[in-house]
Amino acid sequence: MKKNLTTVMFRGTKAQEEQLYAVIDEYRDTPGALMPVLQKAQDIYGYLPYEVQRMIALRMGISMEEVYGVATFYSQFVLNPKGDVAIAVCLGTACYVKGSGEILDKITQILGLPSGSTTSDGKYSLEATRCIGACGLAPVLTINNEVYGRLVPSDMEGILAKYK
Amino acid sequence: METINVKINGVEYAVPKGSTVLEAAKAAKIDIPTLCYLKDINEIGACRLCLVEVSEGGRPFRLVTACVYPVTEGMEVLTNTPKINKSRKTNLELLLSNHDRQCLSCVRSTTCELQKLCLEYGVDENKFAGVKNEYKIDRSTPIIRDNNKCILCRRCVAACQKVQGIGVIGANDRGFDTHIGSIFEQTLSETSCINCGQCIVACPVGALYERDDTDKVLDAIADPNKHVLICTAPSVRAQIGECFGYEPGTDCEGKMVAALKRLGFDGVYDMNLTADLTIMEEATEFLGRVKNGGALPMITSCSPGWIKYCEHYYPEFTENLSTCKSPQQMFGAIAKTYYAEKMGWKPEDIFFVSAIPCTAKKFEVGRPGQSAAGVPDVDVAITTREVGRMIAKAGIDFRSLADEAFDDPFAFGSGAGAIFGATGGVMEAALRTAAEVIENKPLEKLDFTEVRGVEGVKTASYKLGDITLNVAVASGTANAKKVLDAVKAGKLDVQFIEIMACPGGCVNGGGQPIQPAVVRMNTDLRAVRAAVLYNDDVNCDVRKSHENSAVKKLYDEFFGEPNSHKAHEILHTHYVKRGL
Repeated sequence: MKKNLTTVMFRGTKAQEEQLYAVIDEYRDTPGALMPVLQKAQDIYGYLPYEVQRMIALRMGISMEEVYGVATFYSQFVLNPKGDVAIAVCLGTACYVKGSGEILDKITQILGLPSGSTTSDGKYSLEATRCIGACGLAPVLTINNEVYGRLVPSDMEGILAKYK
Repeated sequence: METINVKINGVEYAVPKGSTVLEAAKAAKIDIPTLCYLKDINEIGACRLCLVEVSEGGRPFRLVTACVYPVTEGMEVLTNTPKINKSRKTNLELLLSNHDRQCLSCVRSTTCELQKLCLEYGVDENKFAGVKNEYKIDRSTPIIRDNNKCILCRRCVAACQKVQGIGVIGANDRGFDTHIGSIFEQTLSETSCINCGQCIVACPVGALYERDDTDKVLDAIADPNKHVLICTAPSVRAQIGECFGYEPGTDCEGKMVAALKRLGFDGVYDMNLTADLTIMEEATEFLGRVKNGGALPMITSCSPGWIKYCEHYYPEFTENLSTCKSPQQMFGAIAKTYYAEKMGWKPEDIFFVSAIPCTAKKFEVGRPGQSAAGVPDVDVAITTREVGRMIAKAGIDFRSLADEAFDDPFAFGSGAGAIFGATGGVMEAALRTAAEVIENKPLEKLDFTEVRGVEGVKTASYKLGDITLNVAVASGTANAKKVLDAVKAGKLDVQFIEIMACPGGCVNGGGQPIQPAVVRMNTDLRAVRAAVLYNDDVNCDVRKSHENSAVKKLYDEFFGEPNSHKAHEILHTHYVKRGL
């Protein structure tokens, strides 16, 4: 998969930076430390924007591209944070045959937000997921921790309005 | 050397223990095809073109990748069976299915390693027609990256990451989306790329190439109002023959000059001369720093790839850089000041071209502080490859040309200038002049052999008069890093350092004629091309820069003395701290 570049502005704090450097220093002599460092960096910031990857590269003494190559290889790493309103549409088999692809398209159309990305203000994020185990409710999506099932595209305006 | 016995295509051979099947096959005089393999640099078994069949311990034959598979005692190897050929062919067809097959106008047509193999294996280019990736071509630097031609062999990545220690390119994303790029898909100009061009030389296909500036040169030649002058760097004469089928390591100076004159240049000059001029300025600068307590160690400034590397990665060392312009820039500067004045020409009517084995020089011509006469010192820098292309396109029969000599008044460079093109050459040339200045008597021995050779880092210590001079020489920026880190840590005490961005120096520059991996496996291009330059040095009547009469004349008529005010204005420059 090609990852969408970061669209959300970096708002890292001094405290986060210190936390990140502490993590890197802890792994200073560990071979293959990049993976755990990236994981913890993502825990700290919620995503891995350019600024964070640059800090990691310079502190670890490796090239920035090496960090980016790993960050874009593994699906666990994200270049955009989850939005305050994190929408996840299930594209598992059952949901898909019940039309979840159209649900996803409808949300993209309403929010102007492609799948796999986050609005630049950090408010909304949209992702397609694999089966979330709620096939009886297909097609299904989650917004933060709320589950919405048996959806048709015309439901979406109303549901999203609740999260304005 | 411990050997083990293997059977290759039914014949027994004893090969060094630890060899790969690919290396062992050399004993049987067989070149196994490869695309991703580059000796010592990229041995990753990715392209799967080097498939062979092996049998170990009497077990059945199976396919393995020869470039990474080690030989074992009693191993049987088959390199040419229908199964192997079919597999290799399929792999080629798969590579082609996502390759921009615009071969007719591709800069690498006829030197493309993929094209050559497709021809040999009779590949059907449309076997797996389907979705193709489309990428925007990055033209932001003199190094152009066209991912549509990329076959993901990662040779460029290894050159950038491992050889040069820079790593601004690497593999991004995954699966079918995998592509070579930079962090957050930045263009090369946004990264700390130093324009060394080692990626270009490593590329087996047309995914990386230099910006072609030959049309600008030809347009200038066609303009009756322009005086179009060219100077050729020391190593171009040691490389240009390769564009016309000569073996690497053939000196083609005379034919090169003859060909350039036929292209219509109004003056064809030898950059060895400004290499000598550089030594005059740099040796004087160095002795001045020693005497007056200037920034030491002083580091050479001839290699624009190294300069940009220093500015990005070691900005704290920019004060240590010699302020001397590179020989290319000095040449343009004297052409547009001294020579313009002498000839009564306006500087803007001179179109100055430099022929160099370097892609970073294309970046250097546009740097600030490189316009002594108010116009850029050098208008266009063209690589050895572009020179070859211009000559071929003009229909000049290079191989049949009789030797001709460079034009006056810039026809002559000393042997010290000639060796600038090899790692250690600038140091040796500077030592010859500095030693005579310090000792104030002719040198008994002109050869400073300790600083010669292809090793990445060389150190030496010389006693010159009362002074003990410790020097270091590094080529390839990964080696530069080693030297600078040692200096920073106080582990290396030297006063003078020569650094060239490319491994082996300019003879192995990013603008050299491209040789395929198989030639690079069997020949050390750095050594055979450098031999041409050291041969020129030995055969030159004048082997010290300060004895070059053309250089003396420049000082007598124009500059006064080395490091004079005028020399500073015209022949020196400044640097910026770029950082990362």
